[in-house]
Amino acid sequence: MFPFTYHRPADLDAARGLVAANEEAKLLAGGQTLIATLKQRLAGPSDLVDLAGVPGLAGVSRGGDALVIGAMTRHADVAAAPLVREALPALAELAELIGDPAVRNRGTIGGSVANNDPSADYPAACLGLAATIVTDRRRIAAGDFFLGLFETALEPDEIILSVAFPVGGAAAYEKFPNPASRYAMAGSFVWRGEGAVRVAITGAGQEGVFRWSEAEAALAGDFTPRALEGLALDGDAMIADIHGSGAYRAHLAGVMTKRAVARIVGQG
Amino acid sequence: MQTITLNVNGAPVTATIDVRTLLVQLLRDDLRLTGTHVGCDTSQCGACTVHLDGLAVKACSVLAVQADGAEVTTVEGVGSSEHLHPMQEAFREHHGLQCGFCTPGMIMAGIDIVRRHGADLDEATVRAELEGNICRCTGYHNIVLAIMAGAQAMAALPAAAE
Ligand SMILES: Cc1cc2nc3c(=O)[nH]c(=O)nc-3n(C[C@H](O)[C@H](O)[C@H](O)COP(=O)(O)OP(=O)(O)OC[C@H]3O[C@@H](n4cnc5c(N)ncnc54)[C@H](O)[C@@H]3O)c2cc1C
Repeated sequence: MFPFTYHRPADLDAARGLVAANEEAKLLAGGQTLIATLKQRLAGPSDLVDLAGVPGLAGVSRGGDALVIGAMTRHADVAAAPLVREALPALAELAELIGDPAVRNRGTIGGSVANNDPSADYPAACLGLAATIVTDRRRIAAGDFFLGLFETALEPDEIILSVAFPVGGAAAYEKFPNPASRYAMAGSFVWRGEGAVRVAITGAGQEGVFRWSEAEAALAGDFTPRALEGLALDGDAMIADIHGSGAYRAHLAGVMTKRAVARIVGQG
Repeated sequence: MQTITLNVNGAPVTATIDVRTLLVQLLRDDLRLTGTHVGCDTSQCGACTVHLDGLAVKACSVLAVQADGAEVTTVEGVGSSEHLHPMQEAFREHHGLQCGFCTPGMIMAGIDIVRRHGADLDEATVRAELEGNICRCTGYHNIVLAIMAGAQAMAALPAAAE
């Protein structure tokens, strides 16, 4: 690791001051991505601003028609939270599929969303459920937040405070995990509400998470796995690496979407 | 350098360290608690699993400064050579190890599984829960048996639990 100064501010104002004052500062949440990056010297921040001491950033609450999940809420706590399991069971199941138990005991939703790994799970739920990313200065619709590979709408010193997920409709997430890392080879988050359908694909697109609009249009007319027959994503626009070709991922995304639709239909 | 105070295996510890020190380095190099192993050093293998404030974490992916003020339990803290923890005893009884390198992490993960799922574990649950703990001798069969038996033994002997 390159040298850095470590801070654990006791409140949000202090954290904001530290990231604003140090251009090369980085926020630290669960560290399950960032610490590996530091160890590989892929990042060399001047300052690490640990959010662990900032009160009020962890926990799940119900605010009107939305489920609000604090940025520092760990994956294991989202998976286990009765509020999430009742209101948005697909989100709890998604959290349970992230990595392994030790990763889920440290990793946070804020860190995952800020990182926007093209194979991460939460970005698919954010797009599929039309979540709002709440920061220290504004509210950003998920559709405007994920901009590309590891790229988001966040300013360098902007801090995510929570993610708000609208409640309602039926949803399911299906993921084909890479057998070694458990990151998605392809994952599909499908949501069905009053006269609307959203399909968000992660793990596959070269630009990261995206809405599959052709599938949404087909499902809006006929919400069955059969409606997706004949639809195909462009393999050339998908990630190709040692784990699988673009064509393989395009196919897999379709299979995951059909399975998610079948589960929603099965839920009745 | 930064001075941190934490509780390791029930005893208070104060250490002055480079902030880049990983929790696993503090445990092994500074405190000489070498039961916690470093396998992959990339948070995949789970050989460095310890409990941080009661939760299983990979000590190669936590900075020691993040554990300032916390309680850490390592494999040395769950039992002793004279009185093994029921989970350790179950690994011995069921031959849940070959070379032994992954074993401390397996034991700490196993105790964490029992914390979350209780004593009556089925094989599928244990196998899914061991996602983050890799055994290169491929001895999973007996590891799974040992964790299921250890869970039962922990329930029978609540006083011996962590
Ligand atoms: C073995 C392993 C397997 C994994 N498998 C999966 C998987 O299957 N699916 C999956 O989705 N993920 C997976 N992950 C990643 C995991 O979910 C991480 O926890 C997550 O990507 C980052 O969250 P964190 O809290 O650890 O963030 P950190 O590592 O602390 O930070 C990540 C980035 O986010 C920034 N950041 C953190 N919090 C905030 C905030 N509140 N506001 C603004 N910026 C912030 C940091 O500055 C940093 O740039 C895996 C990780 C490991 C080690």
